[in-house]
Amino acid sequence: MTARPSKSNTVLPGFKPALGYTIFYLSLIVLIPLSAVFLKTTLLTWDAFWATVTAPRVLASYRLSFGAALLAAVINGVFGLLVAWVLVRYRFPGKRLIDAFVDLPFALPTAVAGIALTAVYSTNGWIGSWLEPHGIKVAFTPLGVVVALTFIGLPFVVRTVQPVLEDLEAEAEEAAASLGANRYQTFTKVILPSLWPALLTGFALAFARAVGEYGSVIFIAGNMPMVSEITPLLIITKLEQYDYSGATAIAVVMLVISFVLLLAINGLQWWSSHRHTK
Amino acid sequence: MSIEIRNVRKNFGSFSALNDISLDVPSGELVALLGPSGCGKTTLLRIIAGLESPDQGQVLFNGEDTTERHVRERQVGFVFQHYALFRHMTVFENVAFGLRVRPKQTRPTEAEIHRRVHELLNLVQLDWLADRYPPQLSGGQRQRIALARALAVEPKVLLLDEPFGALDAQVRKDLRRWLRRLHDELHITSVFVTHDQEEALEVADRIVVMNKGVVEQIGTPGEVYDNPATPFVYHFLGNVNLFHSRVHAGFARIGELELEAPEHAAAADAAALAYVRPHDIDIQREPDGASAFKAEVSFIHPIGPIVRLELRREDNSEIVEAEVTRERFRELDLKDGESVYIKPRAMKLFLAEAA
Repeated sequence: MTARPSKSNTVLPGFKPALGYTIFYLSLIVLIPLSAVFLKTTLLTWDAFWATVTAPRVLASYRLSFGAALLAAVINGVFGLLVAWVLVRYRFPGKRLIDAFVDLPFALPTAVAGIALTAVYSTNGWIGSWLEPHGIKVAFTPLGVVVALTFIGLPFVVRTVQPVLEDLEAEAEEAAASLGANRYQTFTKVILPSLWPALLTGFALAFARAVGEYGSVIFIAGNMPMVSEITPLLIITKLEQYDYSGATAIAVVMLVISFVLLLAINGLQWWSSHRHTK
Repeated sequence: MSIEIRNVRKNFGSFSALNDISLDVPSGELVALLGPSGCGKTTLLRIIAGLESPDQGQVLFNGEDTTERHVRERQVGFVFQHYALFRHMTVFENVAFGLRVRPKQTRPTEAEIHRRVHELLNLVQLDWLADRYPPQLSGGQRQRIALARALAVEPKVLLLDEPFGALDAQVRKDLRRWLRRLHDELHITSVFVTHDQEEALEVADRIVVMNKGVVEQIGTPGEVYDNPATPFVYHFLGNVNLFHSRVHAGFARIGELELEAPEHAAAADAAALAYVRPHDIDIQREPDGASAFKAEVSFIHPIGPIVRLELRREDNSEIVEAEVTRERFRELDLKDGESVYIKPRAMKLFLAEAA
């Protein structure tokens, strides 16, 4: 099952230049800028670093940033799957239009998205004014952060699940039905397990995007310290105060947490796609 | 359980896949739906299963109308051409699937499920693969697992869609004999779809030959092979030579040859096509009265136990294909370009209107 590129007998030429270029490119675009973050942080003493990254206001922002991003990714996992399902399985007028709408969060400048969401969800906005009597406030609360992060993460889940769903063979579902499974059982026991790897990928992408999101959130969040202030905003604040090392210190913590979480999701995904072939 | 199909029609857009099909499958028989691709045989099978619904007509199981019944409730075992195994489940879980999805009241206990699944895996001789996943199995193994999975729900009817179509020649042969033996043990009413006449002739109790959405002939393998009802059936069940002839009062005239055709005693100087199988062509070195064509040997292909010959008729240069055993070939000691005398040993005449 495993094809390992070997020196003597590989069909694909150019393994070495391709790998060399890949490493060079990744270094230039990803590794060097990121290592600069780490280097800059080393200007701080360990105590100063620790004091910066564990300040109560910073800790509250981690909770909000990662918590809201996870929640948004979960919401996107569920509803993104639903959207992909509807787009693949049913035929209805306007399907192409809806299919195109899905990509809008990709294309829209995030600030525009943030302002639009704020306008709609503020207490006198279209949806906000309707939610307000029920005691639900969205704009300028952590809930608003979740809404914004859900908005920008949606396309990831839809676009990763959609092609897999399209390729799913109808025969497996027919087989399940002929064996007596009802629709719910067919979905949970046959369809969903095949979609897991793609769903996890979409989830990870949506989560990663949400953790780093800045533009759309700062408009709707209200940015109250300890309540609705996201970590990227704290970094910007530090930069505006010329506290570069403080900013990179927080960035380093974010990077490490994100990396560990993404690694865990990747591991889960590898496990879910490889356990049936061992 | 017997299956009756009553006047079933099915169209896909303007394409008529099934055109007024009626068919009986008696309880316990193994029936083959045989035909070229696009003849509607798979559609018919899927309608029997309930995976497709007919535009018109009925499907009856044991005399009971099941046309409107969902596939879930029909108690059919369906085996797909490409197996359709659940990739993310072990072989054991695949076979157990049908038992596990039963509602709580009728679901067997875990111990009972284990017993049943291992019994079925033993039946298909693959118990040692219980913990593997489908992608780790060979095609033949997958198909046997698919069969075990279908049998797990104790279906009243077993339906197989080109069950050996995706397998290589040797595995196909083994597996179809094995299927025949299995059927002799279980006696479950079974219908399988195939485009391979050899497979149908070897395995089935009865063959339903289909073409372009209609049934051409139903009969035992012997009947359809020896007594094809239509020119299509004759063509489809093996190689054939065609001779233009005229039939008059019980005699058929092919070129200079006059042969008895008692079944067409009433025909008066009618055009007809004579169908002759290559192995029904008799070859002689010496003329045997006037009842043979003179022909020239133009090609000799030895194929395993038989030798296939191409012969060019002297009177009109048409090519006649003949098959002789190796023994007979050695006896005749034929070479390219030699002249021989040939005549049909047996033939089937179809009058021009029917052909």
